[in-house]
Amino acid sequence: MTLLLIVLLPLLGALVPLMARNLPRGRLAWLTAVAPAIALGIAVFHLGDVFAGQTPQFHLPWISELGLDLALRFDGLSALFVLLILGIGLLIILYSRYYLSGEDSLARLYSFLMLFMTAMIGIVMADNLLLMWVFWELTSLTSFLLIGYWYQLSEARKGARMALTVTGAGGLALLAGILVIGHIVGSYQFDDVLAAADQIRSSELYPVVLVLVLLGAFTKSAQFPFQFWLPHAMSAPTPVSAFLHSATMVKAGVFLLARMHPILSGTDLWFYIVSFTGLATLLYGAWFALMKQDLKGVLAFSTISHLGLITLLFGFNSQMAAVAGLLHIINHATFKASLFMAAGIVDHECGTRDIRKLNGLYRYMPHTTILAMVASASMAGVPLLNGFLSKEMFFAESLDAQLLGGLSWLIPALATLGGILSVAYSLRFIHDVFFNGEPKDLPKTPHEPPRYMKLPIEILVLICLLVGILPSLVIKDLLVSASASVLAGPVPEFSLAIWHGFNVPLMMSGIALAGGVGVYALRHHLYSFQRQFRARNALLVFEANIQRLVNLAERSMDSFENGSLQRYMLWLLLTALLFVGIGLLAVPQLSGEFEQQPFDAMLLTGAVITGLAGLGTAITHRKRIVSLLMLSVVGLMTSLAFARFAAPDLALTQLAVEVVTMILLMLALFFLPQRTPKESSARRIMRDVLLASAFGVVIASLNFAILTRPVESISDFFMANAVSGGGGHNVVNVILVDFRGFDTLGEITVLGIAGLAIFKLLNRLRLFMPSSDLDGRSWSPDRHPMILATVSQTLLPLALLVSVYIFLRGHNEPGGGFIAGLVTAVAIILLYIARGVDWTQRWLRFPYQPVAAAGVLIAGLTGAGSWMFGYPFLTSSFGHFTIPVIGEIELATALLFDLGVYLTVVGATLMILANLGKLTTPHRPTKEKS
Amino acid sequence: MEALYATTTGLLAACGVYLTLRGRTFPVVVGLTLLSYSVNLFLFSMGGLAMHGNPAVVGAGTPAADPLPQALVLTAIVIGFAMTAFVVILAMRARGDLGSDHVNGNRLDVSREDGK
Repeated sequence: MTLLLIVLLPLLGALVPLMARNLPRGRLAWLTAVAPAIALGIAVFHLGDVFAGQTPQFHLPWISELGLDLALRFDGLSALFVLLILGIGLLIILYSRYYLSGEDSLARLYSFLMLFMTAMIGIVMADNLLLMWVFWELTSLTSFLLIGYWYQLSEARKGARMALTVTGAGGLALLAGILVIGHIVGSYQFDDVLAAADQIRSSELYPVVLVLVLLGAFTKSAQFPFQFWLPHAMSAPTPVSAFLHSATMVKAGVFLLARMHPILSGTDLWFYIVSFTGLATLLYGAWFALMKQDLKGVLAFSTISHLGLITLLFGFNSQMAAVAGLLHIINHATFKASLFMAAGIVDHECGTRDIRKLNGLYRYMPHTTILAMVASASMAGVPLLNGFLSKEMFFAESLDAQLLGGLSWLIPALATLGGILSVAYSLRFIHDVFFNGEPKDLPKTPHEPPRYMKLPIEILVLICLLVGILPSLVIKDLLVSASASVLAGPVPEFSLAIWHGFNVPLMMSGIALAGGVGVYALRHHLYSFQRQFRARNALLVFEANIQRLVNLAERSMDSFENGSLQRYMLWLLLTALLFVGIGLLAVPQLSGEFEQQPFDAMLLTGAVITGLAGLGTAITHRKRIVSLLMLSVVGLMTSLAFARFAAPDLALTQLAVEVVTMILLMLALFFLPQRTPKESSARRIMRDVLLASAFGVVIASLNFAILTRPVESISDFFMANAVSGGGGHNVVNVILVDFRGFDTLGEITVLGIAGLAIFKLLNRLRLFMPSSDLDGRSWSPDRHPMILATVSQTLLPLALLVSVYIFLRGHNEPGGGFIAGLVTAVAIILLYIARGVDWTQRWLRFPYQPVAAAGVLIAGLTGAGSWMFGYPFLTSSFGHFTIPVIGEIELATALLFDLGVYLTVVGATLMILANLGKLTTPHRPTKEKS
Repeated sequence: MEALYATTTGLLAACGVYLTLRGRTFPVVVGLTLLSYSVNLFLFSMGGLAMHGNPAVVGAGTPAADPLPQALVLTAIVIGFAMTAFVVILAMRARGDLGSDHVNGNRLDVSREDGK
């Protein structure tokens, strides 16, 4: 449980600065430091166990189905990193309080820092690979916030975005790698994965896992060729850089290498990828660190270089090299954090970070100079400082790398070259900045910073010295326990001594120191050499590439989504054609085993009329009213076809819908252009005709193929159970209101929604109202002919009676709620047409929306009612009653449901048509207005 | 007879598709309606065509038509009406708000009024 506190305390601590934002800065800093300090205390409390070889663990099931649990561990490696993160984090909190100017919100910085700290601790303590990945991505996100802290600066925003893109993309690769590991092992728990290390290494997926995981590590640790984001992350406030680039963020990458070391290392592939990447990064970073004129730029590239060194050490596949890598992680964190803070002080007191202007600061800030000198010397690997120890081990290990065969000598040679450059840029940081003449037109007159701003550096420099002079005493336990986790086994005997006698590594160190001084003396020649190359700003290159990607995406989007319905239809049709076409190609023979039934003259006539009317609709489409009339012929013929093939329900429905549709389209046409101007080119028409024909052929073939083959229908069940189970003889209706009642409920809901949507669409619609018909004749003044008015009025009660009849008999004979509803609607619409909207609304003074809503409600409640009797939704029950004249009917709950259907159909249809029709009235005076 | 039926369905589908490929709203709506007739006929025939069948009413005699496609098509007809209505009103609204009844992405063209 206390382990969980180490992670949770900084998270809770993120709230502290936000709540205490109005306190004085000093108090704010102290309050913020409380939570991480307690967490550090807990971590130190657990150190004894860790040194004794135990691994405290914590396990809380979270999303166990996915293999993701809240599992934490505190082994030696975790302990090392937790101490670094929390320890340096606390120093950074103190330092920020003095660094940040009064205009910037200290509370915001603290809050982000604490969130970031939580994420980092989460990574190093996670006992579950997926959990580790979650925290990994959290560091990407929170570092984005930190790097972009000065969000008013374009540089900061772009730098933050670049860091997020690169590390975030690497994080996705890492996730993929972790998922593959989970696939191989069957678990994401670290112990399980560790136990299956051999299985992973011998799996044929091993190269995939390795590359994916390394992509994650290399992007995070700014390894070549992903190093470019790190220098631009320097637009963050210096305390943030000091934290991100010493103990955290970039160290997360090498942490991953260390964590995965027992699982993935030991193969040739690991050696080649990891060590060469590390070597390239080491040299690349060192060279550019020497070339940079920006104080933080020097440190940024030296960070890249040192991360390359650590990566190289882990790549050697040797136990001692891993130990050396861990030692260098500690050493680099201490000296780099102090150097960044020193650079921050210089920047803070001088107002610039340009090395060409900064000279001779020793006289203004002697104390800071000494601190920076010690830290730099450690970075250069001067004896008696911690950097010397790890560098010495590094040189020793480079001599042992044998995998390159005859060229193995190259590795120590290049390692020494890296050492030379490292000495040169360390020297430059000291000599060029603090000595070497007088400062040139600085914006401020430099002086020593406030006392406590130097305290964090003093503490770190003290650690550098202590580790450097008394390594066995200070650091051995921590290093051994961390090595034990990285090696997952016994740690080789090693001595952390300053003096190992005269040997090759010492000689290499000597060469590096002497060579470094030489290179530094010749630096101006190197500068002029470097100037021959065109400097490329990685930020601009990155932004340009991103922009190119965005443009590409936009172009490809535009080619699909160009706002033209025709284009979308084209793609849709082509896709449909492709898939159905493939299906048809697989059929050996179009006609099936059935003999075709003979057809008579009536059927032929019907088919010919239907076909001609369909063709007519398409051909005359530019004369819209003609086309519409043709369409109505097709509709009527369809209705007849239904009647011919023994589907009276369908025929009735189609007929009623046909009437309603035609009235609707006529009304709509009134407000739309009456003709379609000729617009399509001949080529376009050709293309569409071909496409349509292909589609028609495919549909016809498909239909024919199915019609001539036997069907296995589930309808026999419905036929057999309609009476006993649904209490009705009309199977179609029983299916609608009983067997598939839930579908019907959905469908009437859609109907109601469509009605409502149309009601809203018509709201405050601006209309183009034609004043005359196509040929310029004005509209007939006699809007409501007497005969029609009289007939329709007489017809209404009859029609209502018929619809009641159809409704009631629907369960046993053709009919039902749908048809009855449509008949009622048609009768009322006829009244509208005959007498006008004003008159009708005076007589039928009820709004249609509630009718439709009530319909859906009744149907829904009927279904829900069966719950009360302990049956599933929409279970129907029924009893038989005899009603005079109509005869015996079942009064089933299904009837109630059908009533809901009826009301919805009436309501929705009238909502659509009456509201549309109403639009015609306010614009034109009615004749009967009196 | 099956060939005749299938040909009619295919012809209606082709005409419908041709119309939906036009660049103005109204032909597209008409095309969709035509297409829905075709699709309804197609779906209806999935249970086989009963030349001499009886309605799917228990006790009306055998062979009876397949009730399941009928039930499906019945709701399809009603929903089809609702969708046609929605699309055509949308077209009106688009013309009212955008001043054009184009659906070919050519939004700048203000339609020439009423085919004059």
